[in-house]
Amino acid sequence: MADQNVNQTGGRLLPPVPIWVRKSLATLATVAATILGLLFVTFMIGRVMPIDPVLAVIGERATQAQYDQTFRELGLDQPLLVQFWIYVTDVLQGDFGKSIRTGQEVTTDIARVFPATLELATLGTLIGVILGVPLGVIAAVRRGSWIDQLARFVGLIGYSMPIFWLGLVGLLVFYGILGWVAGPGRLGIFYQGIVEPITGLILVDSALRGEWEVFRNAFSHIILPASLLGYYSLAYISRMTRSFMLEQLGSEYVTTARVKGLSEWQVVWGHAFRNIRIQLVTVIALAYANLLEGSVLTEIIFAWPGLGQYITTSLLANDMNSVLGGTIVIGTIFVGINIFSDLLYRFFDPRSK
Amino acid sequence: MTSPFVAAAVASLLAVGIAAPSFAETPPNMLVIANRIDDIKTFDPAESFEFAGADVSRNVYEKLVNFDPLDLDAGFQPQLAESWEISEDGMTITFTMAEGHTFASGNPVTAKDAEFSLRRAVQLNKTPSFILTQFGFTPENVEETIVAPDDSTLVLTLDKPYALSFVLNCLTATIGGIVDMETVMANETDGDMGNAWLRTNTAGSGPYKVVDWKPSESVLMDLNPNYAGETPAMERVIVQHIQESATQRLQLERGDIDVARNLSPEDVAGLEGVDGVKVIDELRGRLMYWAANQKNEMLSDPKVLEALKLATDYEGMSGSFLKGQYTVHQAFLPRTFLGALEETPFSYDMDAAQAALSESGFAECGPIKISVRDAQERLDIAQSLQNTWGQLGCDIELIVGTGAQTLDRYRAREHDIYLGAWGPDYPDPNTNAGTFAFNPDNSDEAGATGLLAWRNAWGIPEMSEKTLAAVVENDTEARAEMYRELQREHQQTSPFGVMFQQIEQNGMRSNVENFVAGGATTAVSYWVITK
Repeated sequence: MADQNVNQTGGRLLPPVPIWVRKSLATLATVAATILGLLFVTFMIGRVMPIDPVLAVIGERATQAQYDQTFRELGLDQPLLVQFWIYVTDVLQGDFGKSIRTGQEVTTDIARVFPATLELATLGTLIGVILGVPLGVIAAVRRGSWIDQLARFVGLIGYSMPIFWLGLVGLLVFYGILGWVAGPGRLGIFYQGIVEPITGLILVDSALRGEWEVFRNAFSHIILPASLLGYYSLAYISRMTRSFMLEQLGSEYVTTARVKGLSEWQVVWGHAFRNIRIQLVTVIALAYANLLEGSVLTEIIFAWPGLGQYITTSLLANDMNSVLGGTIVIGTIFVGINIFSDLLYRFFDPRSK
Repeated sequence: MTSPFVAAAVASLLAVGIAAPSFAETPPNMLVIANRIDDIKTFDPAESFEFAGADVSRNVYEKLVNFDPLDLDAGFQPQLAESWEISEDGMTITFTMAEGHTFASGNPVTAKDAEFSLRRAVQLNKTPSFILTQFGFTPENVEETIVAPDDSTLVLTLDKPYALSFVLNCLTATIGGIVDMETVMANETDGDMGNAWLRTNTAGSGPYKVVDWKPSESVLMDLNPNYAGETPAMERVIVQHIQESATQRLQLERGDIDVARNLSPEDVAGLEGVDGVKVIDELRGRLMYWAANQKNEMLSDPKVLEALKLATDYEGMSGSFLKGQYTVHQAFLPRTFLGALEETPFSYDMDAAQAALSESGFAECGPIKISVRDAQERLDIAQSLQNTWGQLGCDIELIVGTGAQTLDRYRAREHDIYLGAWGPDYPDPNTNAGTFAFNPDNSDEAGATGLLAWRNAWGIPEMSEKTLAAVVENDTEARAEMYRELQREHQQTSPFGVMFQQIEQNGMRSNVENFVAGGATTAVSYWVITK
C-alpha cells in the first residue's frame, strides 16, 4: 500500500491532520452554518412580517416627520441584504442592538432574563430525570403491574393537560389554599437586593454567599414551577425509558444473564439499563432544550422573568432586535446541547470513537 | 429497589412544604401592587408615553400645575408654580415659581429647571412633544419662547392666543414633568440632554424616586426625602409585573399584594364576599368606538351610518361580556372631561335602523369588513356588531389581525370599518376634539395619520374651524358649551360610532384607602394612599 503522506513526485506533504481536529473543524463549520442560517431566516421573517417596526418605536400618535426620522434611524431605508449584513457584523461584535421595548441593550436584557430560565429549566429537568428514569425502568421491569399503569397514567396526563391549566391549579392549591409554597416571581419582595449576583442563578448565588434565608425563599418560589416543568419532562422521559428498557429486557443477553443466575438488580441496572444510557442522553438533552425555550406559559403564570416570556412579549411588541437576540441564544443552546450529547454519546459508546 | 427512592422523593416534597415561609400581610408603610408594566420603555418625561410609565412619572416628577388626586374635578392646581398671569394679547404666560421645592438630589427647583425641562422636551422631539409644540414651540425658537429671566420666573410665549385652561391642562401631562437640570446634564452623553440616562433613572422633586427597575419585572420606588409636601404614608412602593389576572387575584386573597390592577370580570366576580378584599370602580378616559371609512361610498351615506348606530346593541354588550369594564358612552369626550356630553341619543332599535337603511341609497346594505385586533373584548364587540348589523341585511366579515396590522390598515385608509379604542393624550378636551373633529385637509397627500377624522377620510373644514375656535375661548363655561355643541353635531353627522367608556376595576385589601387610579384625566397617585 502506497504511503499516503508522500505525493507522486516523492516530496512530503504536510503532517497528517489528527482525526479529532478534523472532526472539531467539521463540527465548528456545522455550528457556524446553522447559526448563520438561523440568523438569516429569523431576520427575514422579522422584516417581511406585515407589521410596521417604526410604529412599535414611536407609537401611533407620532407625526410623519417623526416616523420618517425613526425609519432612517432604524436603517430601514437600506436594502434588505444590506440590513442583514449590518446586523450580522454587529452580532459578530457582540452587539445585538437595543430593545425598543425596554430601551436597553439586548445583551443586557438577555443577561438578566436567561439565568432565570436556566435555573428553572435545570431544576425542572433534574426533577424529571430523578423521578422519570426510575419510574420508566420500574414500569418496564414490572410490565402490566399497578406501577406500570401508574406510569402510563402519569404520562397520559402529562401529555394531555394544558400546562397553563395545571399551573393555575397548582398555584391555587399549593400557594392559595395550602400555603406550602411562595407565590409568583423569583424572590419575595423582602429578599430582593440582598444577594449580590455572581452567576445570576439565585439558588446558587445565595448558597455561595451563605444567605440561607434568601435560598429558602428562592427555593419556595421555584419549586412549584420547576415541579410543573419537571412533571412534563417526567412524562416524556419515563415513557421513553420504559420503551427503551422493554426492548432491552426482551433481548437474548438479558435471558442469558438471568440463566447465569445474576441478581435482578444486576440484570436490570448492570446490563439492560447500561445499554439504554446512550438513547437516554439524547432524550434528556432534548427535554432540557425544550424546557429552556418552551416554558413561556409557565413563565407567564408564575411571573417568572425568563427568556421565553421575554421573546414572546418582544414578538408581540414587534421588538425584532430582542426576538433575534433571544432566538440566537436559544439556537446556540440547542446546538451546544446537541454537541454535548454527542460527546456523551462517544463517552458511553466506544464504537463511536 | 423502589422504596428508598420513593421515600426520598416524598420526603423532599414534604420538606418543601415544611420549608415554605409563613405569609404575612405587607408592612403598613409599604404598598405592593400587581400590574402589567411591560409597556414601560423609559422614565424620561420628555419621551414616556405609556400607561405604566405615566403612573411612575406622576409620582416622581412635579409639574408647574398639577391635579389634586383627592379632588380631580377641581382641575389643575398650583404646584411648582404658585401663580401665573396671562398677557392682554393672550400670548404670554408668566409663571411665578413656588419656594421650598427640592429635587431628590438636594438641588432646589428653580425656574431654570422648568425652562430646561420644557425646552429639552421640544428639542428632543420625541413622540409626546406635540403636546408642547402645538403652541408654536419649535427646537429653533425655544430659546426665545421658553425663558426663565430669573430663578423664580418662567415666561412662555405662544404663537397665538390660546385658552389658558388649554395650555395649563397640557402642562399637567407627563411631558410637563420638571427634571433636575444639574443632575441630568451631568449624565449627558453625545448631546442627548440626559435622555439615555433618564430612561432608567429619575431626577424629580415628586414624592418618590425610582431606586430599581427591572423591565417587565418590577419597579421599586422609595420616598424622596426632600419632597416639599406632606410625607406620604407609603414609604416604599413596589409594582410587580404580573401578567395573569388569576395570579393577581390569588396574591390579593393571600395578602401578598395590596392592589391588583388587571382583574378580569370573572376574577372581580370571584372576589365578591371575600374577606379583607374590596373592588373599587373608577371611570377612565379610554373610549371604544367604530369608525367608517368615507372612501367607501355606501358607508359615506348618512342614513347608512344612522342605521349602523341604531343597530348597535350598547346595553346588551355593556350588560353582558363588558359588564363592569365598560359603560355606555356615545360622545368623543370621556365623562369628567371639561365639556363632556353625557347624552346617549342612540339605543338598539332594529325597526328604526331598518327604516333609516331603507331611506338610504343602499337599502340592501352590502358587504362590510370590520377590521379588529385580536383582543378578546374587541372580538366580542365585533361579533356583536356582526350579529346585529347582519340582521339589517349587511354581509359582515371580520378581518382579525394583530394591533400593528389593523393599525397599519387604518393609517393607510384601507379599512371599511375600524373597531378600536382611543385614550386621551393630555387632560384637555382638545386632545380628542383635535383628532375626532379636526381634519382641515382630507387629501391623501396631507398624510395626517395622527388624526382619526383623516384616517376615515372625513373632510370637515367647517367643524375643524369650530374645533380651533374652542381652543382659544378663555371663558371656561363658554368653552365647555362649545365642546358640547361640537359633540352633539359629531354624534349625528360623523362616521364615528362611539360606544363605551372604560371602567377600571381595581381589587385591593380592605385597609387600603385613597387609591385613585387617575380618573379620565391623569395617572395613579401613591402619595395619598394610607392603610
